[in-house]
Amino acid sequence: MRNLASLLFAGGLAFLLMAVAAQLPFGHPPVLAGGEILAQAPQQVGAANIVTAVVLGYRGLDTLGEISILFAAATGIGLVLGRRRANAPRDPDAGTILRTGAALMFPLLLLVGFHIILHGHLTPGGGFQGGVILAAAFFLPLLARPGTPVNHPGLSLIEGVSGAIFILIGLIALFQGGEFLQPLLGTGTFGSLLSAGTLPILYLALGLKVGAELAGLLSRLADAEAN
Amino acid sequence: MMAHNLPFVLYAGAIGLLVIGIAGIVLSQNLFRIILALAIAEAGANLLLVLAGYHWGGTAPILDQGKALATMVDPVPQALVLTAIVIGVGIQALALGLAIQAYRAYGTLEMRQLRDRLEQDIALDAGMAPSGSRQAPAGERPIPPVPAVQRRGSHTL
Repeated sequence: MRNLASLLFAGGLAFLLMAVAAQLPFGHPPVLAGGEILAQAPQQVGAANIVTAVVLGYRGLDTLGEISILFAAATGIGLVLGRRRANAPRDPDAGTILRTGAALMFPLLLLVGFHIILHGHLTPGGGFQGGVILAAAFFLPLLARPGTPVNHPGLSLIEGVSGAIFILIGLIALFQGGEFLQPLLGTGTFGSLLSAGTLPILYLALGLKVGAELAGLLSRLADAEAN
Repeated sequence: MMAHNLPFVLYAGAIGLLVIGIAGIVLSQNLFRIILALAIAEAGANLLLVLAGYHWGGTAPILDQGKALATMVDPVPQALVLTAIVIGVGIQALALGLAIQAYRAYGTLEMRQLRDRLEQDIALDAGMAPSGSRQAPAGERPIPPVPAVQRRGSHTL
């Protein structure tokens, strides 16, 4: 009975969504705010990647809220899983190939991660994507050698400092007579690495924060005692 | 022919993922499968958001030489999805952490057994007899006992 009701609910939802989607003119969306942003962002923000201009320039406050959610999730994981007992059994180390591979991938992943973060205002990518790659760089050795100690205080320090820098830049913009998190320092030469004002600094802080948070979160999950 | 059918295929894919995920959340009996279903539903919702901003012949909203502004897709849904993916990761990680704790406390991820053991614990904490009907069949309830090792962290009987 319960399954039948659930299936009916799912089917009804599918029908409803399809009916709504059939009404939408596919391929000709009403681009209202997006059109304005596309037209004005190159002059106002100076970032070649308009998605970055939206994420950090126009909706910076939302991004701050989002990293707060990620921070809450990371803190929650630490709170829920707690500290592991010193004598709890661990998985054995992986084989030579995996351990060597992890050591080989570590610098390459760091390089790719920082490249994606620093070019976030020019090319596809940015703080979130690059931060995840940085977290993967630190998580791979942990997968290959489950006993590797994780420097949680260091991760918390990186996370706290980069979050503080993000908010500080926003406050400086506020006290200079603008809006909170408004881009500063002018737009610079369009398309060069040092352009779009404070956006690259904001993205660097964001990338470090996301990377540190995800690395801490993954290592806590991997470190959890299963029984 | 292809261009005519493409919107239907895309929408059906996105909505199908969303509905499969929701059906999985409602129908699954295993906590881990519920979390996986949540991830599938999220993917469907994100795909739906990206589709909302697409137009024919659209290019990525990144300025470059020789790209006209008019052909670029709406950047707002893309920024929204970027946000949604990151939040989704946080939610899934937290859900997995809670599932690990549930397994440590009760030794199972099956929703039915979890619910029964939770009710027993709550009744024990409140100092009442476990809830049940007087017309319930006599004898032991068909729940295997929790192993002593996994009782740690939970209440001692």
